[in-house]
Amino acid sequence: MISRRDFLQASMAASALVGASGFGNWGRLAAQQSLTQDQLLQFDTFGNVSLIHLTDIHGQLKPIYFREPEINIGVGKNKGEVPHITGADFRRMYGIEDGSPSHYALTYNDFTALARTYGKMGGLDRIATVIGAIRADRPDALLLDGGDTWHGSYTCHHTQGQDMVNVMNALKPDAMTFHWEFTLGSERVREIVEGLPFAALGQNIFDAEWDEPAEAFPPYKFFERGGVKIAVIGQAFPYMPIANPGWMFPEYSFGIRDERMQEMVDEVRAQGAELVVCLSHNGFDVDKKMAGTVKGIDVILTGHTHDALPEPVLVGDTILIATGSNGKFVSRVDLDVRDGQMMGFRHKLIPIFSDVIAPDASVTRLIDEQRAPFIDQLTEVIGKTDTLLYRRGNFNGTWDDLICQALIEERDADIAMSPGVRWGPSVLPGQDITREDIWNVTSMSYGEAYRTEMTGEFLKVVLEDVGDNLFNPDPYYQQGGDMVRVGGLGYRIDINKPQGERISDLTLLRTGEAIDPSRSYVVAGWASVNEGTEGPPIWDVVEAYIRRKGTVSLEPNNSVKVVGA
Amino acid sequence: MEFTRRDTLALGAAAAAMTVLPFRANAATVDELINEFTGGADVADSGVTLTAPEIAENGNTVPIEVAAEGASAIMVLAAGNPTPPVATFNFGPLAGSHAASTRIRLAGTQDVIAIAQLADGSFARTSKNVKVTIGGCGG
Repeated sequence: MISRRDFLQASMAASALVGASGFGNWGRLAAQQSLTQDQLLQFDTFGNVSLIHLTDIHGQLKPIYFREPEINIGVGKNKGEVPHITGADFRRMYGIEDGSPSHYALTYNDFTALARTYGKMGGLDRIATVIGAIRADRPDALLLDGGDTWHGSYTCHHTQGQDMVNVMNALKPDAMTFHWEFTLGSERVREIVEGLPFAALGQNIFDAEWDEPAEAFPPYKFFERGGVKIAVIGQAFPYMPIANPGWMFPEYSFGIRDERMQEMVDEVRAQGAELVVCLSHNGFDVDKKMAGTVKGIDVILTGHTHDALPEPVLVGDTILIATGSNGKFVSRVDLDVRDGQMMGFRHKLIPIFSDVIAPDASVTRLIDEQRAPFIDQLTEVIGKTDTLLYRRGNFNGTWDDLICQALIEERDADIAMSPGVRWGPSVLPGQDITREDIWNVTSMSYGEAYRTEMTGEFLKVVLEDVGDNLFNPDPYYQQGGDMVRVGGLGYRIDINKPQGERISDLTLLRTGEAIDPSRSYVVAGWASVNEGTEGPPIWDVVEAYIRRKGTVSLEPNNSVKVVGA
Repeated sequence: MEFTRRDTLALGAAAAAMTVLPFRANAATVDELINEFTGGADVADSGVTLTAPEIAENGNTVPIEVAAEGASAIMVLAAGNPTPPVATFNFGPLAGSHAASTRIRLAGTQDVIAIAQLADGSFARTSKNVKVTIGGCGG
């Protein structure tokens, strides 16, 4: 049985490393009775500055289920380091009791049973309550949004992000940085940013033609809070034109640009900044490397790779905060800043248990207003699932297995490919699949489902290329997604080999035959970064498939053999 | 890693070349070019900086910048291009700054190398691996 004390230990900095708790004693807990809102929000206000961090919400206005990954392999210096620790090892590391709320929120095991016990997580109306409570303690707390906010749902797609903008504005953030927002197209992004009542930051957002800082996105903003002069420096996702369609925002160039980050830190320090916060969408391992390279950042609020960590990670004098995704968590970081120096911190990763934290009624109303015009389309039941549908994992997840199967059958292909994105909530076995559920895992501004031919040789090139984006031992060469998911194709990957040598044993699953490098195969996929891609929208392909099947059921996927993990 | 039919056709021609990624440096040529530039003198590891993206947004036009305090010349080589020499920037005695930026074309993932002749006549070298990718999937 979870006690209040156990939960807080797992949630707070430093004191949480109390070793493993007993195993094998979890059962169905009277969870919601043993958890209270006060307990989730309990925090002894500390120091003189509070930061509230939200990131990677991906359009999720309402509470969702979201299964964390089982497979999340670290390479190079990050092998075996957080966030590349999952499941029981993660729980042991942080002293999280099996079957506890933290087990459910932070790890994948027994997900279905625990989801039924503890319920959905997230919801911007619950998050509003948490933010309100923190502001009651510390009225001038800074609220910082790490981006991937205006993307990822039916309503977000149909309003071009306006639903998220409207609801986020009600939460009154102080600054934001970006990634998927740019896939709305640069014109739409500029239109929203011009009317934004808070700072849109990105020291690495450049004008592509002149290779100079882009005017619409300042590198940093100063805030005076608790008598402390704070500089918040923005860092947008570095590889947008590579991982996403650059033709949708051709005026902009990105990159890590850590030399400029150092210049910006030096510049704000010279202007009297006593606390330097980097609001980043680099991805955790990139931020970790940057923290060791750029001197003088006190706090990096990380994003992009969707990791949730119950404690900060320290690199030198810099603390890294990881707040998870899809609205499951809010991080609160209290800091004691004196004489221009960060003297101490207290941190809590607050899990947003939607049945425990009372929604803020005005924000619920606002959310429902955004959804009202689409409610019939959103709630239409397309089919049902017998299997837990989830996406996260380095190589596959049941949602993408389903999407690949739909592509193969609906588009009459040998092989299917689905992008290794990390967003998309889960659906429990026995649940209906609504149109909203399908859009939650497919919605994007370039969702055309292409059908083409690729040689066996080229299939290997594709897998090698994406594999290096994930397993290059230098984090600066990683793009922060997962491996491209494949259907109808099996392969072996040795993650420690260099690009060109990782992938072998490509097999066409339908026949069990080895892929012939010189033969052409019909490949169906979606989310091409190339301009002019043609095909029906992926959500229509998946909907047609599920409708035809009625109830979907997926077998365990063993078609990728992983070596060297 | 998604292709329209048209793009795939175009890429098909390049596929044979792409399978040997990352591009191997033409070592003999690069060494010869460096020797020619330095006259065989020793080359130090610090004294010249090269700024280039880790991953090119577009391999056809990769922004780079080289700088070396007091340098009289900086040579830039793209070790994996069919023709490695990119440029040699010469700075006269009245040059206000010893830096140059340009955009270069890279045939594939490879090292970009900068060699500077410094004010005292000695040489310095640096390099950076720039990845040219066929595009991917963002988190």
